Amino acid sequence: MTEAPALALTDVRFSWQSKGGFELRCPAFTIAKGETVLLLGESGSGKSTLLSLICGIVAAHQGHITVNGTDLGSLSAGKRDRFRADQIGVIFQQFNLLPYATVADNIALPLRFAPERRKRAGDVARVIADLCGALGLPDGAPQMTAGALSVGQQQRIAVARALIGHPPLIVADEPTSALDAATQEGFLSLLFNQVRSAGSSLLMVSHDARLSQKFDRVIHLTDITATQRSAT
Amino acid sequence: MILRLALGSLTARALTVGMTILAIALSVSLFLGVEKVRTGARASFADTISGTDLIVGARSGSVQLLLYSVFRIGNATNNVSWQSYKDIAARPEVDWSVPISLGDSHKQFRVMGTTPEFFERYQYRGDRSLSYETGAGLNDLYDTVIGADVATTLGYKVGDPIVIAHGLASFTEHDDQPFRVAGILGKTGTPIDRTVIVGLRAIEAIHVDWQSGAKTRNTTPVEAIREMDLNPTAITAALVGTKSRLQIFALQRWINEYPEEPLLAVMPAVALQELWQIVGVAETALLAVSGMVVITALLGMMAMIFASLNERRREMAIWRAMGASPATILGLLVLEAMLMAAIGAALGVALLYGALAIARPYIDASFGIWLPIDPPTMQEAIVLAGVILAAAVSSLLPALRAYRLSLADGMVVRI
Repeated sequence: MTEAPALALTDVRFSWQSKGGFELRCPAFTIAKGETVLLLGESGSGKSTLLSLICGIVAAHQGHITVNGTDLGSLSAGKRDRFRADQIGVIFQQFNLLPYATVADNIALPLRFAPERRKRAGDVARVIADLCGALGLPDGAPQMTAGALSVGQQQRIAVARALIGHPPLIVADEPTSALDAATQEGFLSLLFNQVRSAGSSLLMVSHDARLSQKFDRVIHLTDITATQRSAT
Repeated sequence: MILRLALGSLTARALTVGMTILAIALSVSLFLGVEKVRTGARASFADTISGTDLIVGARSGSVQLLLYSVFRIGNATNNVSWQSYKDIAARPEVDWSVPISLGDSHKQFRVMGTTPEFFERYQYRGDRSLSYETGAGLNDLYDTVIGADVATTLGYKVGDPIVIAHGLASFTEHDDQPFRVAGILGKTGTPIDRTVIVGLRAIEAIHVDWQSGAKTRNTTPVEAIREMDLNPTAITAALVGTKSRLQIFALQRWINEYPEEPLLAVMPAVALQELWQIVGVAETALLAVSGMVVITALLGMMAMIFASLNERRREMAIWRAMGASPATILGLLVLEAMLMAAIGAALGVALLYGALAIARPYIDASFGIWLPIDPPTMQEAIVLAGVILAAAVSSLLPALRAYRLSLADGMVVRI
């Protein structure tokens, strides 16, 4: 029996009710366990919708989305929220953190909603210190207020938060776009090192094709999805 | 952790949150302050007279009798004849009785004629008796003892002459028979402070040459008046103490059924109770207004939360992505509102006690209302809990909006 893929979409169809009737279809898309995939797409091509679907924030109207063997469609909205906290690490483009909270609280935030992941993480304070160290954050960073750190440091904290407790799937939405070229390179190596050592799969969405060489697979969003705006 | 993050979020918006908390604090202290002044005023009012079992006057309303005999508000409709008074005083139930004669004035203050026993029998604020600030009691026919407010307002000292005017707000003065200030009473916080007290016989003395409210032509010399029998023919009211509290009702009925003259005897506490029923409407209105202020402050908080929602959509998206359900976000906003209300309420109580500590001596001196500084009563604790609960309820509206926004936004906020 083959291992369940980290992510599998089949015959997915979804449309926003309030946003101009924007509709997205995705017949088939799979990410294997431990695979790193770069999804290239321009803004407005349905990226955000796809990510919201994968994270279970919105539910598909048709088809199946399976994360680590669990069909999101079979879960209630509340269970999906808990499932997301447990199974998926999310990194945004920027403004990833609660600026008023400490770095440690920011990193530990998903654990608050996922008891299983908290167990996997073990000694939370030590894990946070280790992650901060591995990501090249200054000593004493966990006690600092997140908003006081530089954008590059904030993005690395977001990586630590996505990786704590080893979720099987990491979803990153243009995590490097707010960084300059030099920082981008360092950031990506750190991210890849951490993702590999955690054994997680990585789905990164970007419009920047220069990032391609690091990834196992590069896909254009238009190859796997079809979008359509109704006239209304 | 959620609580810590909520507090962190509040401190991050210190200015708007601070203003909101201040508004809640002020409204809470206003509400509790009104309540304190209300109960304080009520207690002070009730403390005006104690130790007296019955007040006797001509038949009218019990509140009216209380008002003119004790509070010097309004006028008696009729007098009590000296004979009736003597009949009452002679009753076996009666331990002591003090006659009171009102009707004349000095400047803006009322003049009360009474017997020296008044100074022993009159009690206020529990069992406090009158005491002299300076001077002594009524010895001579033309001696007068004045209340503390009379002395400070008119700047009188012991030995100063006083001329009493006939009636209230009158231009006719009893200037042929001047009085002398013999004593000044200490501050009591009762209407005694605003009263000029003279002997009952003095009231008769100054009216010797008067008939039917007008001065006759002849002027009897003071020496001749001193020789006269100055027993009054009528008094305004009388304070009566009984030998046993059990006899009050029997005596009261006897007086009310007195066949020779229509009289009324009331128990001060009962009459006060009736008075409060009248004043109660105004009290309720005052309380309602300060309640409205609390509601206004909470509405302000609601508006503040609404206004902050847009700039916090990003934050909400982070919470959502980290696994928070929309219900958690709703709970977070309600929690923040309750925290603001709780801090506001605590601050309001602190403000109130601070203001009380500063203003108490001043209020006591000016209005004779002693406001006690007690730990919050059960009722006040319920009010505070109510404010926090109301904050939670009023935050539900913006919180529900946040709930819907976080559902509609998904993970990515498009602003």
